[in-house]
Amino acid sequence: MAINWFKYSAPSTFYALAGKLIPFVAIAAAILFVLGLYIGFFVAPVDAVQGEAYRIIFIHVPASIISMFLYLVMAGYAALGLIFNTRLSSMMASAIAPTGALFAFISLWTGALWGKPMWGAWWVWDARLTSELILLFLYFGFIALHASIDDARRADKAAALLAIVGSVNVPIIYFSVKWWNTLHQGSTIKFTGSTMHVAMQQGMFITLAACWLYAISITLLRVRSIILERERNTQWVSELSEVKA
Amino acid sequence: MNQLSIWKLLQLVIRRDLLLAMRRRADVLTILVFFVMVVSLFPLGVGPEMSMLRKMAPGVLWVAALLASMLSLGRLFSADYLDGTLEQMMLNPQSLAVLVLGKMVAHWLVSGLPLVLVAPVLGVQFDMSVQTLAVLMLGLLLGTPILSMLGAIGAALTLGLRGGGVLLSLLVLPLCIPVLIFGTSAVDAVASGLSVTANLSLIAALLMMCLVFTPWVTAQALRISLE
Repeated sequence: MAINWFKYSAPSTFYALAGKLIPFVAIAAAILFVLGLYIGFFVAPVDAVQGEAYRIIFIHVPASIISMFLYLVMAGYAALGLIFNTRLSSMMASAIAPTGALFAFISLWTGALWGKPMWGAWWVWDARLTSELILLFLYFGFIALHASIDDARRADKAAALLAIVGSVNVPIIYFSVKWWNTLHQGSTIKFTGSTMHVAMQQGMFITLAACWLYAISITLLRVRSIILERERNTQWVSELSEVKA
Repeated sequence: MNQLSIWKLLQLVIRRDLLLAMRRRADVLTILVFFVMVVSLFPLGVGPEMSMLRKMAPGVLWVAALLASMLSLGRLFSADYLDGTLEQMMLNPQSLAVLVLGKMVAHWLVSGLPLVLVAPVLGVQFDMSVQTLAVLMLGLLLGTPILSMLGAIGAALTLGLRGGGVLLSLLVLPLCIPVLIFGTSAVDAVASGLSVTANLSLIAALLMMCLVFTPWVTAQALRISLE
């Protein structure tokens, strides 16, 4: 059976598909959040070195991973949009950006909250903190560029080019920051050298999956709004039941 | 009609842009004065203690150079864009990337090179030794072209937008961080008696990579902005 892979690259068909997917993804995300946080707060043992304060990793680590992952996904969609000139890919890229920025911010925020009891400072110029901050700047650049161009197609393409340049630069920035840090302050505080407890691992993986599903559901929700906004003059939008009502 | 060779085209664009810059010398001087002023503000802000200033000097000079180059980037394409020259340039059969490279080189000669030349004077104000000054200059010499080239991408993307200047800095500054780090690390290395080749080689590598990719990316950005 031949599957038409391009069927859902049209905004009109994807709009309906996204609408059907959102409840499942969102509910799964909610369940996994509750489960992951339950394991994190009640099942996982107290850390030998860091005490109770370590429990913030159940938010902090997933948020950091997802924020980096989303930048690559965003750049990938942006590149698809630029290369194949597909409208939906560009819309996906601009729908992902705010969520990516949010996760980068959460990661920095929780990192600061974690840093205060552990390192005695809200902010340390650690390589990973600094590169996360730069990642947040890159997200801001993408969003700001997209927002300041009125013509949607030009905005898509310009922001896509920026995202691609940014993603080429991310490894360079990461390693430069890493070397800069080792040059300046020697070894940094690292998470416990010994292997993690199984319950900690489970909790973290479950919240990671929850964050990932949350990102998917919120992106689909946002891309639906973007589709409606961009396609408001088309016939299929005017025939939608939610638009008619 | 005789076809221009790539080399000829490059020379032509560089000469044209330099001539235009020389007709408006105030623009060039403003950036230089800005650079000197920002650097001079730092001792006033943090106090005149020489040991601290000596330590801060490379960072201060590099950040000031970064900001100064951001200021001048807005003008890289905007004048040609406003009077329609840029559109004519894009219509011609020669490679747009080469043309853009010519504009980048001219921009660097006008706004980057003066900063490199004036940096030692400012470095002396910060009590830097001859050896560290030489490394600082070498780093700036290799690094400021990268700022012009990365900045050109941002300038092309923000062409004709309201609030383009601030937006441009927002886009380009994060991308310039590696240059800043390697540039200042080279000076730190020589100050503590280490070899500078690693850091300078990395800047040179970045320069080579920018030389290959940025003209092409900027040309694409210009096509997006003008379509």
